[in-house]
Amino acid sequence: MQENKKGMQTLTDASRLIIESMARAGADAFIGYPITPANLLYLYGSQRMPLMLAAPDEITTLQWMSGLAAAGKIPVTATSFPGYALMIESINMAYMMELPMVIVLVQRLGPATGTATCGAQGDLSLLRGQISGGHPLPVLCTSSFRDCWTLPAKALELAVNLRTPVVLLTSKEMVMTSKSFDISVLPEIEKVERKYYDMKCDGKYKPYKPTDWVPDFLPVTQSKHQVRINASTHDQLGLLQHSTEEAMNNTRRLEEKIVKRAHEYTWYELDEMQEANTLVVAYGITTAAAKDALGQLRAEGEKVSLLIPKTLIPVPEVYAEIMDSYSKVVVAEENINNQFSELLYGVRKPRNHRFVGSMGKMITPQQIIEEVKA
Amino acid sequence: MKVPFLNTDTLPYCKGCGHSLIAKNTAKALEKLNYQPLDVIMVTDIGCHGIIDKCLNTHTVHGLHGRSTALGAGISFATDDPGKKIIVFIGDGGSTIGLQHIMEASRLNLNMTVVVHNNYLYGMTGGQTSGLTPTGFNTTTSFDGNPFEGYDICALSHTAGAAYVSRIMGICDFSDNLAIAFSTKGFSLVEVLEICPSYGMKLNPRRKLAEIVESSGRKPGEWTNNREPYELHQGQKNQDLLATLPLIKKGFKSYLKKPLSMVVSGSAGEGVQLSAGLISKAAISSGLHISQKGSYPVTVGVGFSTAELNLSPGHINFHGINVPDMIIVTSQDGLAHNRKRIEAMKSGKVFIDSSLEVPQTGADVIRYDFRSVGERNASVFAVFFWALKSGIISTESLFKVIQDEGKGDKLPMDKIKDALSKVK
Repeated sequence: MQENKKGMQTLTDASRLIIESMARAGADAFIGYPITPANLLYLYGSQRMPLMLAAPDEITTLQWMSGLAAAGKIPVTATSFPGYALMIESINMAYMMELPMVIVLVQRLGPATGTATCGAQGDLSLLRGQISGGHPLPVLCTSSFRDCWTLPAKALELAVNLRTPVVLLTSKEMVMTSKSFDISVLPEIEKVERKYYDMKCDGKYKPYKPTDWVPDFLPVTQSKHQVRINASTHDQLGLLQHSTEEAMNNTRRLEEKIVKRAHEYTWYELDEMQEANTLVVAYGITTAAAKDALGQLRAEGEKVSLLIPKTLIPVPEVYAEIMDSYSKVVVAEENINNQFSELLYGVRKPRNHRFVGSMGKMITPQQIIEEVKA
Repeated sequence: MKVPFLNTDTLPYCKGCGHSLIAKNTAKALEKLNYQPLDVIMVTDIGCHGIIDKCLNTHTVHGLHGRSTALGAGISFATDDPGKKIIVFIGDGGSTIGLQHIMEASRLNLNMTVVVHNNYLYGMTGGQTSGLTPTGFNTTTSFDGNPFEGYDICALSHTAGAAYVSRIMGICDFSDNLAIAFSTKGFSLVEVLEICPSYGMKLNPRRKLAEIVESSGRKPGEWTNNREPYELHQGQKNQDLLATLPLIKKGFKSYLKKPLSMVVSGSAGEGVQLSAGLISKAAISSGLHISQKGSYPVTVGVGFSTAELNLSPGHINFHGINVPDMIIVTSQDGLAHNRKRIEAMKSGKVFIDSSLEVPQTGADVIRYDFRSVGERNASVFAVFFWALKSGIISTESLFKVIQDEGKGDKLPMDKIKDALSKVK
């Protein structure tokens, strides 16, 4: 990319990177409803995506996206909590129907409308509990501008490969801040390859018969095989059922496909320091403060490691394994209830865990340093 | 072999339910129009109408209560194949909760047909009053008769722009009526009137459909709009959002040795964000790394406008600024928004318009008449002043950005240069 311009800087925001990444990966449509702080994504989406539709509300947004996905398109959208709240029933529908799509969730300060132009990391608990039945829906989180380039494309690929909605979690400070950036260092993005049910097969197509946990896809716009797509409990044919064994197996599979194939999308960074006893864990916007804190601590001779989880849901088991190997763990996230640790440990957080939280203000490197030293 | 639209004669509805007639007439209408079952995408949702799926040989999409119109709209957006037919089945309850979706599909005149199964109440959940229940009609939640008028779904859809709307009695053979709707280019809606045998008939004994229809004032009829059907109209698209980003050549030097945080603040419309952008690009052309973000009230055209910038010879991770190293304030709005920050500064520099009161601060204060070049240009001039006085970046680097971006015509550069020449 821009090989001849290597090393030259430009001024960009991460919203631009996210949209371009998804467009190159093969996103067909951006469906938008204006909401701060996701408006830049909407703007770029309208400039870049092959199809841009202005929905009249966020329920419609998700329904239109689902219709497009049922017809074989890969739609994306961006919103923040108030819009996301309206989408949740329809996200459950798309999850049950097994329709690929990406929803960029730009976190802002809540509850409710809270402060639209104030950043936050307060939506993780919601994301873990958003599917009725407790099924996990994949959530990837961007922790740098580079992530805002690589992860959106991966989110799209994951959505297609697992036939599921995927949430790309970010926040106001990540997508509305411009930075000097060398775009020549960005890796190329390959277009996601879609696999379909073999149309030459003469046998009966079963829309929910899985291969490696995921059913083969066919759009409702072809005329060879009957496709039944269903948001209610259904069997492999897509026919509505109450609680037959086949239907229950199908509903169970929805969880299993996310969990059993989690190894395909377990992404994190671990900056390990030999003999370090302390581990800092940070994701999303707080990662920047954690990196600065680590730099200062190490300059002072402190031995500290840093874990940056990129895949947040389902929680990769490796995170707990890494955290358990340190005598002190400092988790930093911009909320007041330590949602990441709660995701891993529930209310019984290990005694060697410390929490750096904040509300309405970004966590500073100094706050993390103080907790590491405490 | 001709495949029928219905795979059974035994439909899953209560005896006497109009839903069976709608299903049979739909199949008949599609056969009359020579559609094949797999050319048809039936979108249904939650309500008694939605249990028809299993009896259909078409594609079936079964969604959420009241959302089938929007779901069908999504499919409609995805295909421009005139050989495909998207039909939405929805109840009067679904039409109530999903009214916006019907309005939107009508307004956009999408290529699809919505068949409203109006039996005047929510049948699946126990016979409650819906938004389409007429005045005086008894339901399990209005024993004395619904006190309110129901929505005129046909008038709403027609007014919103649907190409074809009709209201028909759900009796006998109405396949020709449906066929008209199915063959309409653009959006069509058919409201089929019926009485739910389980609740409607029992709660409204001795009332006949014709009399209910007559007294409701919602009589059968047809309404048309002579409009072109939906067609995708997309504006010019960028092929690459990164290709349009200007690459900034390094052409200047900065002597900044460590990270510097700064704030530029003034009033909306006085060039604050523009001047912050000038600093950013000039700093990048001087070999610095930068971060820049704006802050302003939701009413972007009034009140304060603040920009936060970090300049650094090295990579910037954390970009938050609590107490800045430097601040430029050009108006009362900017001062009010940043007073606490200025008061918290124990060192650094405050560049403030001479008309403003200076808060208690530990920073060096430099006062100047930034507004002398006109209030709209106060911030840009202040930034030039700051560059000249601080030496962090050169004024030449700022001039170069203005020149490269063709902003020279929009800014009174002669005035700014003249004012700058007077700075001691």
